[in-house]
Amino acid sequence: MRPEQGTMQSRAQAMAALLEVLTDQPVIICNGFPSREAQKLADRPTHFYMIGSMGNAAAIGLGVALSKPSKKVIVFDGDGNVLMGMGTLATVGALRPKNFVHVVFDNEVYGSTGNQPTISNVVQLEKVAKAAGYVAVERVLDREDLVYEFKDMLKNDGPSMLLVKVNEFVEDAGRIALEPPAITARFMKSIE
Amino acid sequence: MVDSDVFVQALESLGVNFFTGVPDSLLGGIIEELLTRKLYTSAVREDEAVAMAAGAFMAGKIPAVLMQNSGLGTSLNTLLSLNMIYRLPCLLLVSWRGFEGKDAPEHLVMGETMPQLLDTMKIPHRTLSEQTMADDLRWVGQTFMKQRIPVALLIKKGIIKGLHP
Repeated sequence: MRPEQGTMQSRAQAMAALLEVLTDQPVIICNGFPSREAQKLADRPTHFYMIGSMGNAAAIGLGVALSKPSKKVIVFDGDGNVLMGMGTLATVGALRPKNFVHVVFDNEVYGSTGNQPTISNVVQLEKVAKAAGYVAVERVLDREDLVYEFKDMLKNDGPSMLLVKVNEFVEDAGRIALEPPAITARFMKSIE
Repeated sequence: MVDSDVFVQALESLGVNFFTGVPDSLLGGIIEELLTRKLYTSAVREDEAVAMAAGAFMAGKIPAVLMQNSGLGTSLNTLLSLNMIYRLPCLLLVSWRGFEGKDAPEHLVMGETMPQLLDTMKIPHRTLSEQTMADDLRWVGQTFMKQRIPVALLIKKGIIKGLHP
């Protein structure tokens, strides 16, 4: 157990706080438990639940953001996912889409496969994003800071990254109920 | 040989309006033309390009991804576990490096096995030629809309004018 872990929220608690702030913004949610937890907390048509293609959440979100500049696009990502597709931090930093908000739930483990350690305990992903050209980055621990910074990022121009340190707790959340083509159709209709 | 601007114009006429990818020398002329028209978004890996194109499609665009055939290897999982299962179509413009064994060593295995690889992945594909271009693009449009999966157009050396003619 990490020293600060006792004070940390679970990913589901952090996600619930952010979902309370969101209304009709498109949200791309990375594969594994993050998608399952989001579905359990609030299943909205504006949610694109990934079940595969690990590492690609930010790239999918970037494609939406570039094509829909009038909408703030949110990505719910994990440390394992960001590390796998780290090149996309550079692409986002170079293209600088103002409407791109990248939330990273960092639990320092591959939680969906049995809590094997990632390397985000050593590599600070929000610093990588900052170096790549993200306009605003924040690293937060508690709920109050999380909600405050998230609201700020929704209001201001990005791209921005909000990295929230979370503990390893995983919610008891079932598999994604919709078939993938139905997720696509529902998501597309909701962001038309 | 087909001029790059003629080919890009034909793609635009087909409705393609989001272009991304990773360069190859055989695609250099096309990318230069796309950059001139401010239509190209540069990606750093082919799987990223495919995922960006998927996002663009869901946001109402008709996407194309340019890549060397080595990029099919890099983007394999994204094509299968994103595009294929979510029914997210995309036009893949793939340069056929290693065609008939005439290329640098790193291209030879992929050059020989690419058609079987695409067949195994169930990605419909055609090889572009100057004589059949209009028909090839018609086929791309129809397959794209009907099957809603990635469709590959393979581009051999000498078909489209490049940066080094």
